Amino acid sequence: MRLYAAVLVRGFRRYATYRTATLAGVFTNTVFGFVIAYTYIALWRVRPHLGGYDLGQAVTFVWLGQAMLMTTALFGGFEAELIDRIRSGDVATDLYRPADLQLWWLARDIGRAGFHLLGRGVLPMAAGGLFFPLVWPASPGVWAAFLLAVALGVVISFALRYLVALAAFWLLDGTGIVLLASLAAIFFSGMLLPLTVFPGALGVLARALPWSALLQVPADVYLGRDTGARLASALGFQAVWAVVLLGAGRLVQSAATRRVVVQGG
Amino acid sequence: MGEVSYAPETEAVGTDAGPYAARWPLRDRLREAVAGCRAYLLIAGMWSRSTLTYRVSFLMTVVGNACMTALDFVTIAIIFGHTRTLGGFTLAETAFLYGSSGVAIGLADLLLGSLDGLGRRVRDGTVDALLVRPVPIFAQVAADRFALRRLGRLTQAAVVLVWSLIRLHVAWTPGRALLLPVMAVSGAAIFGAFYTAGAALQFRAGDAAEVQSSFTHGGGTMTQYPPTLFARELVRGAVFVVPVAFVNWMPALWILGRPEPLGLPGWTGWLSPAVALAVCALAGLAWRAGLRSYRSTGS
Repeated sequence: MRLYAAVLVRGFRRYATYRTATLAGVFTNTVFGFVIAYTYIALWRVRPHLGGYDLGQAVTFVWLGQAMLMTTALFGGFEAELIDRIRSGDVATDLYRPADLQLWWLARDIGRAGFHLLGRGVLPMAAGGLFFPLVWPASPGVWAAFLLAVALGVVISFALRYLVALAAFWLLDGTGIVLLASLAAIFFSGMLLPLTVFPGALGVLARALPWSALLQVPADVYLGRDTGARLASALGFQAVWAVVLLGAGRLVQSAATRRVVVQGG
Repeated sequence: MGEVSYAPETEAVGTDAGPYAARWPLRDRLREAVAGCRAYLLIAGMWSRSTLTYRVSFLMTVVGNACMTALDFVTIAIIFGHTRTLGGFTLAETAFLYGSSGVAIGLADLLLGSLDGLGRRVRDGTVDALLVRPVPIFAQVAADRFALRRLGRLTQAAVVLVWSLIRLHVAWTPGRALLLPVMAVSGAAIFGAFYTAGAALQFRAGDAAEVQSSFTHGGGTMTQYPPTLFARELVRGAVFVVPVAFVNWMPALWILGRPEPLGLPGWTGWLSPAVALAVCALAGLAWRAGLRSYRSTGS
């Protein structure tokens, strides 16, 4: 356990080192926040209460998206590195280590997400709050529930990308599948439009898929739409997906590990 | 990266100008430009061949690249499923803006998108290797890891543009028909200038690469939507400060027969090529300044 805590702290520090890059990223998030916020304002002016949000909630959704984009790694993260290690055979060394491969990368990714929540989340949200009337959670309880939802979102995001990375044991070149996975994450997380605005069956499907746990669910918790029993079921939805996907990762990992032995690393 | 064999084929540039160097500076510039283009094509060709080796992966990345931006259009389509007009623009008109902006940034991204990678090379010290080769460094960096998959994005934007042209009822005149390709080329040049300026910045601050995407991808996203959505100050900034408005807004509004957002005269749409030339010149100066200030990591 101490080992994984140390890996987690190093994951945080690794990203905290690049301060200029962080500031550059904050700037970019803010620019995109502005552009998207104005498109939402135009839409919600003609269709007030679309998707169950009022104008203020819709604009807040935009800035939450910019704040969480890096935290739940919608554009991808560690998987490119792991795929490189799988292709080069370095992963054989990783498997020799007295640490579990999945837990090792999970700890590292949680450390990274922690930094991105602070470094890439707080400032864009503050910038959005300066220029737009954003909605802020009314009680500490909502903040706590929101942070829990974000944490579960981070774990689900990791579990999905771990599966993507393991596909490299069979595909060798992972560029294509990494790209498709981040496409799914961006579209089905609600990053482009809240999933409650998606039409008919597409909306139902999108809200049931695990990617909705990366932005839509935490945002709804933040906006106070989910309280009481609905809050419990939202967090339960995330927890179930987290367990299922981490479990799938374990299964694929054991199948893949056997494959490494066959290849001789 | 393996050793590249273009060096022996290409003449050393700028060193063999001989007695004509002083009398024919323009000729030297032209020769350098031609050599640069040739090197660019050779390097880009090499990278394309190497990508095509993994055919399935290549196809997946082309499709993925097209889908990435197609999802932006799906978003626009969902928005228009909820409303007939957005900021006074119809779906076909917005698709026209989306397509023209997408073609411009798609072209720039295909040709110069690799400039993004300069910061990484500055950090790991491999810029030095590029500097000793007898090929203009701009061509080498611009063609480095040339990504043929970016054709996906360009194609997707072109399809939407053509679709919008079929759906729109534009009273075509020779002027309007001429402005269409002029807009695409000028827009690509403006985004190309942003890529170049961003790369120039990376000579000094390699970590700041992401700032560039605020202007390229941020500008691209903004100009997909009608200017009437945005606050007046933001539009003013897009016209006078970071001139993304000239990528498509100004010429497209003239083609669509709509008033300019700031009440400027209609002919400002024809200023796009001039604006493109101006920002390209500025980006060229920035590139030279960046290159001159480069300090090797020594590794």
